[in-house]
Amino acid sequence: MRKTFSIITAFFCLFAKLGAEEARVSIARAALAKGESAQGVILNELMGRADESILPLLDAWRKDRLYLYEPTGAPAVPVLLEGAKDGKGAQVAVSVATGKAIGLRLVADDLNSVAHSANLRRIMKAVLDLTDLSSANRAKKLGALAAIGQGQQVEKLPALERRLPLETDPAVIKALREALALVRLKSPDVEIRLAALRELESLQSLASTDFIKSLQKDPATLKDVRLADAARTALLAVERHRTVVDFGGTLFRSLSLGSILIIVALGLAITFGLMGVINMAHGEMIAIGAYTTYVVQNVFANGLALSPFGVSINLPGLHTTGWWRESYFLFALPLSFLVAAGAGILLERGVIRFLYRRPLESLLATWGVSLLLQQLLRLTFGANNVQVGSPVYLSGNWIVGDVLLGWNRVFVIGFATLIVVGVWLVLTRTSVGLLIRSVTQNRSMAACMGVRTERVNMLTFALGSGLAGLAGAFLSQIGNVGPSLGQSYVVDSFMVVVVGGVGDLVGTVISGLGIGSFDQFTQQYSPMVAGALANVPFVGGALQNLAQDSAVFGKILVLCVIILFLQWRPSGLFAARTRSLD
Amino acid sequence: MASSEKYAPPAPPSDTVAALLAFTVLAVLIMPMLDVFGAIDHFTLNLWGKYLCYALLALSVNVLWGGTGLLSLGQGLFFALGGYMHGMYLMRMIGDQGQYHKPIPDFLVFLGWTDLPGFWKPFENFSFAILMAFLLPGIIAGIFGWLAFRSRIKGVYFSILTQALTYAGALIFFRNNTLMGGNNGFTDFKAELGFSLREPATQRGLFIATAVMLIGVVIFLRWLEGTKFGLVQRAIRDGENRTLFSGYATPAFKLFLFVLAALIAAIGGALYVPQVGIINPSDMTPEKSLEAIVWVAVGGRGTLLGPILGAVFVNMLKSYATRAIPDLWLILLGGLFLLVVLFLPGGLVSLPEKLRGLWQRFRPTPTPAPAA
Repeated sequence: MRKTFSIITAFFCLFAKLGAEEARVSIARAALAKGESAQGVILNELMGRADESILPLLDAWRKDRLYLYEPTGAPAVPVLLEGAKDGKGAQVAVSVATGKAIGLRLVADDLNSVAHSANLRRIMKAVLDLTDLSSANRAKKLGALAAIGQGQQVEKLPALERRLPLETDPAVIKALREALALVRLKSPDVEIRLAALRELESLQSLASTDFIKSLQKDPATLKDVRLADAARTALLAVERHRTVVDFGGTLFRSLSLGSILIIVALGLAITFGLMGVINMAHGEMIAIGAYTTYVVQNVFANGLALSPFGVSINLPGLHTTGWWRESYFLFALPLSFLVAAGAGILLERGVIRFLYRRPLESLLATWGVSLLLQQLLRLTFGANNVQVGSPVYLSGNWIVGDVLLGWNRVFVIGFATLIVVGVWLVLTRTSVGLLIRSVTQNRSMAACMGVRTERVNMLTFALGSGLAGLAGAFLSQIGNVGPSLGQSYVVDSFMVVVVGGVGDLVGTVISGLGIGSFDQFTQQYSPMVAGALANVPFVGGALQNLAQDSAVFGKILVLCVIILFLQWRPSGLFAARTRSLD
Repeated sequence: MASSEKYAPPAPPSDTVAALLAFTVLAVLIMPMLDVFGAIDHFTLNLWGKYLCYALLALSVNVLWGGTGLLSLGQGLFFALGGYMHGMYLMRMIGDQGQYHKPIPDFLVFLGWTDLPGFWKPFENFSFAILMAFLLPGIIAGIFGWLAFRSRIKGVYFSILTQALTYAGALIFFRNNTLMGGNNGFTDFKAELGFSLREPATQRGLFIATAVMLIGVVIFLRWLEGTKFGLVQRAIRDGENRTLFSGYATPAFKLFLFVLAALIAAIGGALYVPQVGIINPSDMTPEKSLEAIVWVAVGGRGTLLGPILGAVFVNMLKSYATRAIPDLWLILLGGLFLLVVLFLPGGLVSLPEKLRGLWQRFRPTPTPAPAA
């Protein structure tokens, strides 16, 4: 007991030193003040103050945990009850005004809690909102600013103005100016409104569209030509900025989708180019990579219990914490590659090598394998999606000029680049790469020169599957991990291979980026052209109907464009040059 | 090869004719009779009706794959489109018997429609719906095939593109705004041509119609195989470039076959809907089309009997396995497919031949016959 007591005391002393002594004294004064209006006046003084003691104290007050200790013959003391209850239900009483224990143990039920009316609670909420403004946490501060701006809370204006000279962070200053301008739009003074509009115009504030629009409908604006003009130009500037931001966002999403398609299709393109085998189980290799990441994550944490076919497997956990825990993904990457590559070797040795002369049948056999693997994954890990958490360095956003860039997507783009360069280096700078290229170009000639083509097949298949496994590790950071994860990407990645051709890595890169951008851009802009599509003869109505569902429309348009593209280049962008006829 | 004799089609092996005859008697006479007398229950007959519809789909796959070497992974699209077109008629025949008791289909009421959309109106007419069940798949196959074959897309590329085609179809039909029932598709049918679909007699009639259709298609394909067209078809399968260089416009032949296959699948789909009582976009997903390939591979590609046998056998297995061992069904299907592709490329129909071969090998060598 003694120990708890001293710890709490120390805790509160610390508090007292960090924050201004004033705030807790004011709250204590307010708690003792007679009458709601007097209390309100005192609390209002706290508005805009940055004091960390405000939050816990007001919170306790709102929740009926601020008590009055009223000894007979002495003035009442507002107290908090802290620490564990003893046998009688008594706790340590801490004075609100000093933050120090008053040397007594009191029972909560014996005391009166300090009353609070709806009006007081409103004031407390306003005070707490404003403490967020001065909070050291940047995200909290930005959130509070946005809330004030969106709510056009005129009563917060003085607090905002007081903060403006104190801020140094440019993002916070921008948000503050935006909030100020938005609130000032409500001002009765025309000059202030004009200034606010000009401010919003120069800030190109995306959040202000609706407010400017409603201002335009305001009768006061309709009367005043200057105001109407300013509103129009401000809106124009904001809309222009929005177009740019939308374009930037679409471009980023295109790049990121394109990168995913490239990673997923790269392995497929290599195996297809070398062996003419379309591996329908490629999607399951992706899923294997994703599940490997899942297993590694769990081994780094608390372990994993699996029970496929009634056999129970318990993977012990390492119970790591902190940075070790976060670094699981770095271990998962190479492991995903290796596990999937191993599965690829098994598949090649077990099935595909018997079918090299029958490409269509190898396509079918690998589909059989894909069904098997999918069901095996389902039986091992369950039919539901599993949770793969993002390490801290992959979560969060990066905002560049109002365009939101997710870290995980930035990471995917970066890693796709690395993988493409890596594969290119393997193919052009290593002896294995030389063998792979020679077999791709002319299998029988390579065999005559002593290349063990069987072995090259196996290695290439391992490489292709391993790349699929890597893709799976990435996809686990972006979407859900489930047994049919690969299925959702496999049709798209086939398209990438068909369009890119198998002659060159560059083909895959260009076609991946091309299909990714085409998809995203049609998604972004198809609703805009939906109206125009109605004018197409015969099928206009149907097209318009379809274009409203931009995601589906994008996919279907991609397919149409691919079929038309193949009219022009039947074997893709980069065909392997050959004189042979089938 | 250089013979100037007129090509005479090989006489059909007598066991094929016998099998066809036996099947005709069984399907058109015996099974419906058994149903009338209660020896098999209505459910079984209905189930077999479904199998026979799948057999039509399998034949459609086989016309392309077995006959011409074109592996289409999108035949399910044409099957489902045939089904949907017939389904639109059946939906109109529900009248105001739906859950909402409105004169338009329930899902339209649910989407907030009060009047029938324009394109639904002509489907009250049975003939129009059946015409569309052929026309729509035919036109789509025609356009796609023309584009694909004129740019000489073949082999794996063709397979992938047909797969994407059916995938796109599924995406369109999954949308609610396509006004084709979205996710749930069409179901709850009541009557066909005034006959209640609940009546065993109606189902019996549909079963016989399916069997007759199947037999008709088989006879037609058998005939086609015997003509010069059939010869060119096999020539394309065995060496497309040689055929092309011999002066045959192979793209035109392939286009005809692709449309023909689409129509056969559409017949199957149109007959499937009233018997199974539901059609939805999941029938268009690439997996369904691939399943049809499994039937053909298991039965024996390139034969007429094989696909039918495969469709019936695999689906019987599926009916059993999805109830008895639901967890293992996909493993069973994948494994079966893998085994057939690897070890029994001729499918089930080649099994007797194979066994005979094995028997020949292991049988104690007979005393050599005296030289003739």
